[in-house]
Order: sequence, then C-alpha cells, then structure tokens
Amino acid sequence: MTTTVQRPSAPASLRRGLLRLAAAVTTPLLPDDYLDLVAPLRAGADLRGRIVEVRPETPDAATVVIQPGRDWQGHRPGQYVRLGVDVNGVRQWRSYSVTSAPAGRHDPITITVKAIPDGLVSNHLVRHAQPGTIVQLHQAQGDFVLPATAPARVLLVTAGSGITPVMGMLRSGALTGADVTLVHSAPTAADVIFGAALRDLAAAGALRLVERHTRDDGQLSLADLAALVPDYVERETWACGPAGLLDALTAHWAAAGRGGRLHTEQFRPTIISPGEGGTVTFGRSGVTVAADGSTPLLEAGEAAGVLMPSGCRMGICYGCVLPLRQGAVRDLRNGSLTTAVPGDGVLVQTCVSAAAGPCDLDH
Amino acid sequence: MTVMQRKPVNPIAHLTAEDIEVIGRELDAIRDRVMADLGERDARYIRRLIRTQRRLELGSRAVLLFSLFPPAWIIGTAGLSIAKILENMEIGHNILHGQWDWMRDPKIHSTTWEWDHVSPAEQWKHSHNELHHRYTNVIGKDNDLGYGIMRVDEDQRWHPLYLGQPLWNLINACFFEYGIAAYDLELGRNLKKGRHRDPAFRARARAVGRKIRRQVLKDYVLHPLLSGPSFLSTLAATFTANLVRNLWSHSVIMCGHFPEGVETFEKTSIEGETRGEWYLRQMLGSANISGSRLLHIMSGNLSHQIEHHLFPDLPSNRYREVVPEVRALFDRYGLKYTTGSLPRQVFSAWKKVIRLSLPNRRPRDRASNRSAPALSTSGA
Repeated sequence: MTTTVQRPSAPASLRRGLLRLAAAVTTPLLPDDYLDLVAPLRAGADLRGRIVEVRPETPDAATVVIQPGRDWQGHRPGQYVRLGVDVNGVRQWRSYSVTSAPAGRHDPITITVKAIPDGLVSNHLVRHAQPGTIVQLHQAQGDFVLPATAPARVLLVTAGSGITPVMGMLRSGALTGADVTLVHSAPTAADVIFGAALRDLAAAGALRLVERHTRDDGQLSLADLAALVPDYVERETWACGPAGLLDALTAHWAAAGRGGRLHTEQFRPTIISPGEGGTVTFGRSGVTVAADGSTPLLEAGEAAGVLMPSGCRMGICYGCVLPLRQGAVRDLRNGSLTTAVPGDGVLVQTCVSAAAGPCDLDH
Repeated sequence: MTVMQRKPVNPIAHLTAEDIEVIGRELDAIRDRVMADLGERDARYIRRLIRTQRRLELGSRAVLLFSLFPPAWIIGTAGLSIAKILENMEIGHNILHGQWDWMRDPKIHSTTWEWDHVSPAEQWKHSHNELHHRYTNVIGKDNDLGYGIMRVDEDQRWHPLYLGQPLWNLINACFFEYGIAAYDLELGRNLKKGRHRDPAFRARARAVGRKIRRQVLKDYVLHPLLSGPSFLSTLAATFTANLVRNLWSHSVIMCGHFPEGVETFEKTSIEGETRGEWYLRQMLGSANISGSRLLHIMSGNLSHQIEHHLFPDLPSNRYREVVPEVRALFDRYGLKYTTGSLPRQVFSAWKKVIRLSLPNRRPRDRASNRSAPALSTSGA
C-alpha cells in the first residue's frame, strides 16, 4: 500500500479477507506455519536466511555465505546483522558485521566469524555449520557506517575480528579515490582475516596497509599510531576492536578536540559475569530490589509489591515464566546458570530461579 | 505424611522419612542428568514430528476434498484422526508443559503454542499443569479425579446420580475435548456457586466460546464447503476424526490415574509436603501403559505416565530412556510400579467406573477406616 491511499484499496481489503479466510481454515495454526514447511525464505515470512557456504579464512575464522529471505532490505557497509542460530538445539542470538559489499536485495550476504575461546556460537559457525541450514535474521542495523560522500582522508584502526565491518566498507567501493590508511592488529600474519585480500588492495594502491603482528611487535600504542600515521588527527577515523583499544582512542581523540571525527564499534558490549544474588529490576513495573542467591525471583518480586504471575511454585507448571532481558539467574534445583543479553529473549521460571548477578526482567 | 503410616494397608509403611528424601534426591539426579544431555537430537525429534503432523493433516484434508469417493473418505479420515491425535498428545500436550521451552524457539514454546482443541491453551495450562500436576490424585484438590462428575474412589460419598456414571463416562469420552473445556472452566462449580456473573469467569467463558467457534467453523463449515459436492461426507469425516481423537485420548488419560493399584490421597496428607513426598505421591498416583514405540508416540508418551508425572517438563522422547532407572528405584524401595497393556488398563479403569457407580459393598469395613483416611488403597 502506498501512503497516499486513505482507505484500504479494493485489492488490499480483498487480500486481507482472503488471509482471514485462510487463517480460519488453518486455525489454530496460521497459513504461515504451513508455508514455512516449503518456503521458509518467502516474502511475508519471519526474516530468515539459508547458509549457502562456509569458507575458511584463517585457522580459526570462516566466512559464512547466507541467502537472506525475500524481505531482506539490504545493508549499508559497516552495519551488522543479528543472527539466531540453533546450537545444540538451543536458539542463540549473536551480532555479526556484514562483510560483503551491498548488492541486490536478493543476493547472498556474507558474515565473517572468528571462533573465540569458549564461544558457543562462533565455534559452531566456524567448525560445524552446514550449508542448507536455516538461520533466523534481523534487518541490518548499526551506525558504524560511512557518510554518503566519503571523506578525502580516512584512517581505519582495527584489531582481530574488528576488521569485519571495515572489510564491508572497503569492498563496497565507497572509499574509492580516498586516501585510506588501515592499521590492523592480529597475533601473526596468518591470523589476519582477509589477509590476502587486504594485501592485494594495498598492492593495487587502494589503501596503505599497516599490519601489526602483536605476537612479535606487541600491542599497538598511541605513540606507535602517531609514528605510523603522523597526520592521523586530520583523518576521519573508524575503529573497531577490543574495548581497551577503543577506550584509549576515544580518550585521545577527545583530548585532541577531535572526538567528532572518531567512529567506533565494539563487539560483545555486554559481558555477564555470574555471581551470588544481585539487584533485580522489574523494568515495566519500575521496581528494583536486592535479592540474595537463595531467594526465587518470584518471591523477591512479590516481596517488593510487584504483581507477579505464578503457578505451582515448584518449577513444574511454567505459569511464572518471565523474559530475562539481561543478566544471569541460577536454577535453585540444580544450580545451572542461564545468562541473557538484550535480544536473546530468554524466558526463565521465576519460582525456581534466583539472581546470579544483576538481573533485568521485562515485567 | 505420618498419618499415612497408621493405615492398615499402607504401601509406604516401610519407608522412613529419610528414605523418602533419598528417593527425591535420586529422582532429581535422573532429571538433572537428562536435562544436561538435551540437544540437537531432541530438537530434531520435535521438529520432525511437527513437520510430519502438518504434512499428514494437510494431506488428509486435501484427500477429504474428494471424500465422496469411499476410498478417499477412509484414507482421509484415518489420516486426519492420526494427525489430530499427534497434534493433541505428543505435540500439544507436551509443548504446553514447557517440555520444549529450553530450545528458546518462539514457535515451539509453552507461552505461544495454541492447539487443535476447544479448550484454549492458556486455561488448560492452568488446570492441568498447575492444579492436576501439583495436586495429583489428592481428593478434593485434583479435579482430574473423576472430572467432578464421577466417583472414582471408595472414600467419595455415594449418591444415586453416580448410577449413571458409566454412561456419563462414555458421553464424556465421545466429546472429550468439550468435557475438558468445561472442566478447565470449572463450569459446574462456577455455575453452582452463582459465579456466572463474575467478570473473570465471563472473560474465560468468552475465550472458550471464541475457541469453540473457530474450531467448529474450520472443521464443520469451511473444510466441508471447500469440498463442494463432498460437503456432507467431509463433515462426517471430520466429525469421525474428532470422535476417534476424543475416544483415544480419553482412553489413554483414563489409564493414567484410574486403573486398580493407583493410590489416592487425602487433602491433609499434603500439608507441609516435602519434595521427596511430592515425588512419592506421583510414583504411587500414576500408572503406565506397556506397548510398542508407536503406542508411546500416539499416546503422547502418556503411556509413561509415571515418568511424566515425576518429570512433567522433561521432553517426552526421553521418558522411555529413564524407565529402567525409575523402575529400579521402585523395586529398591519396595513400591508398586503400576503398568499393563492398553486393553488391560482400559478394562481396569472402566471396571472401576462401573463398580463405583454402586455404593461400597462392605460399608462397615470402610467405616472403620474413616478416622484416618489419609491414603486409601483403591480396590481394597
């Protein structure tokens, strides 16, 4: 429907009528539930993608080629996509930068994943993901992007998998003609994701590439950067890497009065470290309460006057589940931990779960 | 549970309080071990089952478009009956228990699932998960005992109305999903107590009304209409499929708690109940059905009623695996693991319904036990 139409047009209301009829025929399911069996990537379906190929990049990184569903709206270079992957039968959500150049809306996209130690999803994607697997997608998001017209002089500072959004920018061609310097840190030459492609670009004169192999050369310092790129304050800068690096850059750029010229992107912004007990926030009720490690969230909420859904109070009826927006909880029956970061949509049984660190419940 | 130990025929007289807590800890350990092992294989099982069920339902309904031809009627009706049974039992019942919530898939989750049944999932979850599974077989607390319309225990006082209970039970079996909906609404009790004006009750009754309308419209209007000249035969086919599903699920569910050998409990016996005692009540209050893999799937694994009642949120495909351990535990503690073939258990349950439609045969013997009827042995 276009926005100029005031009332639903005849075809639109006919379409709606047919959809309602179809829903009445398939109730309690929706027609979508049946269509998902045969066409999970069709227009109108929840946004999903199909893994087309998994290409190794380095010993512990791989590029995953994904065919997005018909409703994929494309991405801007530097943006990331939230990906829902089933690992060991459990849906896990993570964000990955899109490393392919923007193309047609119906063309495959790529993400490039570095397996981090103990990384559930990254290890799965790099080592076990199979072509043909359906994954859940959200539309691309993030404001770590290039402006409409590229600046004349650009500095890119990246480390490890921080190269991924920058690779998307470089591949897009948006920086063609600009004076681009890329300073990239990785443990060794073999660990440089996209190493060959970057060296080719440098050889072709598209950019000046400074590789920092930290196992031999040590961590990049600001003094090093100043020595490597003397005119760095003149350059519009995009940086992506570990928090320590980004914090140092941010402080330095701000001190130089150039804060506005620095754009940063940090992966894994939330690190949940479980403990015993913690402050529990009932977001929509506007209540925050301290709870120890042995008090069920249900009781903590009720004691604080929150109207809590409840049922059997012994962990069998699932009448008390609430979304854990962020935080960690411990199952009082067997001590197992559940952690969540925003977007995970984890539901927890409040009658048998206690706070294991700060918890934010969507209730 | 000390009252129980004064009973003349007390199946747990030989257990100490410590024994009961040890049983509880052993069962916790079984549950924890299986929960920790859940993964890819289980996810594949439920997804494949859902896919199969949807294809079967779609295929059967497509065949029924030509139900005027007898072979199409037979194949379509058989397929639709099986699809409806799978949907209610192994899929719907178990998803609504939260058995698959661990997958964090919003499409297969107890909070979002709706089933092919006239009782709305939300209301069924309350009466089933919260009340029946918590108060299993406690007279006056667990409405599943006789569904409020039947006398299923000697300790329930006899009334001439119970003479008709074999007939009520048969009618309930034929229209079981409506019986469940009325039961989830606590229709009888709410009407008797004049709560029909209560806004909360009215809202729930309206929700049931909406669900019934949607179900009836689909099964008895839209699909027959789509069949054109086969309108009437498709209507008959859908009715038959619903009837088969109702009879089947009623039979399976009757086998869960009604057969001889299953214990019932007095309200007072669960005051201050520990986790171990709750487990023990589930062990004594449930009965299994022995049979093939197919029977287990078609019964929604309620053939493993004992294991289901011990671990209601354990994925149903795992019940079969824990049977040997659970049985060994029963044996070790000298408890009766009630099980039998489907015909035997159905017969046993019906026999009880018929027998208890009459007053107790030996009222004097029963009267002497009335002082402490914390736990009564059915069929005594």
